[in-house]
Amino acid sequence: MNEEIIRADVRAWLEANWRVDYGLVEWRNKLIDSGWGVPTWPVDWFGKGMPAGLAAVVDEEFLRIGAVGVAKAGIRRLAAATLLAHGTPAQKQQFLRRSLTGEDSWCQLFSEPGSGSDLAGATTKAERKGNRWVINGQKVWTTSAHHADWGLLLARTDFDVAKHQGLSYFVIDMHQPGVDVHPLRQMNGHASFNQVFLTDAEVLPEHLVLDVGRGWAVATTTLMHERREADGVRNWGRASVGVGRIYDEERAENATVMEPYKWYPQRAGRVDLVIERAKAAGVNGDPVVRQEIAKLLVLSKSAEWTARRARAAQMQGKPQGPEGSLGKLASSHVARAAARVHTMIAGADAMLTGEDGAMGGVIAEILVSVPAGSIAGGTDEIQRNIISERVLGMPKEPRTDNDRPFRDVPKNLVG
Amino acid sequence: MQFSFTSEQEEFRSILRRFFEDKSPTTAVRRLMATENGWDRAAWQELNQQLGLTAIHIPEAYGGQGFSFVELGIVLEEMGRALVCAPYFSSTVLAATAIVNAGTEAQKRDLLPAIADGSCIATLAFTEPNGRWDAIGVETTAVSEGGQYRLNGVKSYVLDGHTADLIVVLARGDKGLSFFTVPGDAPGLTRRALKVMDPTRKQARLEFASVEALLLGEEGGAAAPFERTMIQAAACLANEMVGGAERLRESALDYANLRVQFGRSIASFQSMKHKQADMLVDVELAKSAAYAAASAAAEDDPDLPAIASLAKAAASEAYMQTAISTIQIHGGIGFTWDNDTHLWFKRAKSSEVFLGDATWHRELMMRAWNV
Ligand SMILES: Cc1cc2nc3c(=O)[nH]c(=O)nc-3n(C[C@H](O)[C@H](O)[C@H](O)COP(=O)(O)OP(=O)(O)OC[C@H]3O[C@@H](n4cnc5c(N)ncnc54)[C@H](O)[C@@H]3O)c2cc1C
Repeated sequence: MNEEIIRADVRAWLEANWRVDYGLVEWRNKLIDSGWGVPTWPVDWFGKGMPAGLAAVVDEEFLRIGAVGVAKAGIRRLAAATLLAHGTPAQKQQFLRRSLTGEDSWCQLFSEPGSGSDLAGATTKAERKGNRWVINGQKVWTTSAHHADWGLLLARTDFDVAKHQGLSYFVIDMHQPGVDVHPLRQMNGHASFNQVFLTDAEVLPEHLVLDVGRGWAVATTTLMHERREADGVRNWGRASVGVGRIYDEERAENATVMEPYKWYPQRAGRVDLVIERAKAAGVNGDPVVRQEIAKLLVLSKSAEWTARRARAAQMQGKPQGPEGSLGKLASSHVARAAARVHTMIAGADAMLTGEDGAMGGVIAEILVSVPAGSIAGGTDEIQRNIISERVLGMPKEPRTDNDRPFRDVPKNLVG
Repeated sequence: MQFSFTSEQEEFRSILRRFFEDKSPTTAVRRLMATENGWDRAAWQELNQQLGLTAIHIPEAYGGQGFSFVELGIVLEEMGRALVCAPYFSSTVLAATAIVNAGTEAQKRDLLPAIADGSCIATLAFTEPNGRWDAIGVETTAVSEGGQYRLNGVKSYVLDGHTADLIVVLARGDKGLSFFTVPGDAPGLTRRALKVMDPTRKQARLEFASVEALLLGEEGGAAAPFERTMIQAAACLANEMVGGAERLRESALDYANLRVQFGRSIASFQSMKHKQADMLVDVELAKSAAYAAASAAAEDDPDLPAIASLAKAAASEAYMQTAISTIQIHGGIGFTWDNDTHLWFKRAKSSEVFLGDATWHRELMMRAWNV
């Protein structure tokens, strides 16, 4: 497969099929049937088995013609990648297509009040009672839980074995009486994450992913994808300016299920705005500001090229494991540098927000959203642990929680 | 832009790495750095002949191998890694590139084959005691007397200036900036080796007192080829620098794994692990920028001026920071003369400044991007 052939193929297919008067779901189903919706997926599951590095060509052609893609952003992408790797054929059948059409949306029920970085310390309990799994416990920081149809749930099925061995991974129906979702307000004023209380909530046996006691392996897959796609929602809402039925429906989707991700571009620092902002503010001639902008651009370009190198390596079939963590740490640095530069450029206006703030509040939103990036999806410190241990082969952290039944491991005291 | 190396390029790199590990161990580096010349002609010629390094990016029409800046970048990265003491940056990167950019067809045919086969060591004399890296700093004058050019002035920070056979000089005349060539032993030329902090890369001060010179290229036409040479050289230096930075990072990791304190390897302390993780991010990001610059130079990308400066700025910061962290990770032994870390630390420092520091290159990048 080479780039030119793929470009020609996708272009021809889009020219023959793309129309703006399709319904969103109708179009996405067509796309899924063609394999162009998720070309890197296996041929058996809606894809074309293309190497990851060539997907950019397909994206470019979609962008060129303004065609809407399958639903990609948000946790659904992690759900799809995880089920693609570990799901049964029946699970893939039930969940993959409806995730891609956008009919189903997802959340990730991993973090708990007592276990965040230490996800394997989850204490939410799953017990088999009759022909059901019954779930009791509490999750927290669950992005999009208030819009989700399904949840990726990490829960403990055994308290008497070592921590990592007692976990299992489930798909849970969020629309049931035992699931109670309470929004949490964030420092940036949005409320995209939630507390989720699980009280005798039920999961069907066929919604266990992999085996009982192997939940940690499945969760690791989800987390690997999360780190790799740290900037996955960068292009949020981009295509939604067109005229036609399908664009109207896409805009409606952005305003509802995708609403929690509205501020995600700001959390990445909006490097794209820096030069125009500096020119507009008339500070692009200031040597100090120029240096700070330049430092930011050096960092963000180098990070972007590093990601391109990782993708190119992946394309050549070299395994891409924990290097994903390098990109996540780099994007934290970029975001922080961007926040500093935006502050310099905005000057006194950096103290204001909303309509009174710079760019109608966008800059203020950057400044109060950037701290999320170095926490969500694994903190910077955890990324450094992963890089040093898995990439550099340095000794693992000394542990006192692995050599005894989970029941006997000291538990968290706050929260 | 190319984001990965071909298998031939990877193979070339691994040959070079083994070769330099064998021929340029730190014992050899230490022996050569203690000499005034800084390199050994017979040894360098022998080493060079086996791999044809000096010919890499010189076009085939002029006796070179006709490879691109990507292959040149690989050579430089590996040389920077092994801290090879040789007049390579001076002759192949600076002088040959300037001649390719500025020379007439006849001059290229005349001058380049000897540089390509390593029999002639050349250098480029452009900076002066004022320390400026752009053409504005050039005060050396060229006057024409009866069809014969004569140079007057002082050049400084000239790489291998005291040992080069041929010196390409940037000077100012009635018509503006021009390049000239002068033999290393020209009458009226006084060469003095400078006391350099980085003894693995020698520099000299050259005084021109009415020295006869031959015009290279067009009279008054050197500004553009000079600028182009500086841009390409910045891309090259960035690649050399990331090679050294990576070597330092690895040596710090090796040491941390061996050293035991408090009954455990210091590599098991989280602050050491996090420092290593940060070093990896710094070095990998700088490598990405350096590779992007080599690739842009190979393709003569219109964005090359910005990308080359970006890469030089990134490499300057990353190499120096890595050197500082490597010493820190070594503790007291890292501050000794016997430990090898300072060899790279000093190269990091001289390379940070040579061709312009990070601040200067960030400004050049901003100008290239019209900010
Ligand atoms: C915007 C946002 C969205 C999120 N969305 C979701 C979601 O959808 N689903 C979900 O499950 N979770 C979600 N999270 C939770 C997120 O994954 C956790 O907050 C994160 O992993 C950190 O866990 P914690 O909050 O418990 O902090 P802690 O783990 O208590 O960490 C506190 C501090 O201790 C440090 N620390 C902890 N362990 C170590 C160690 N071993 N070495 C060194 N330092 C350490 C941390 O780096 C941090 O600085 C979200 C978080 C945010 C901010």
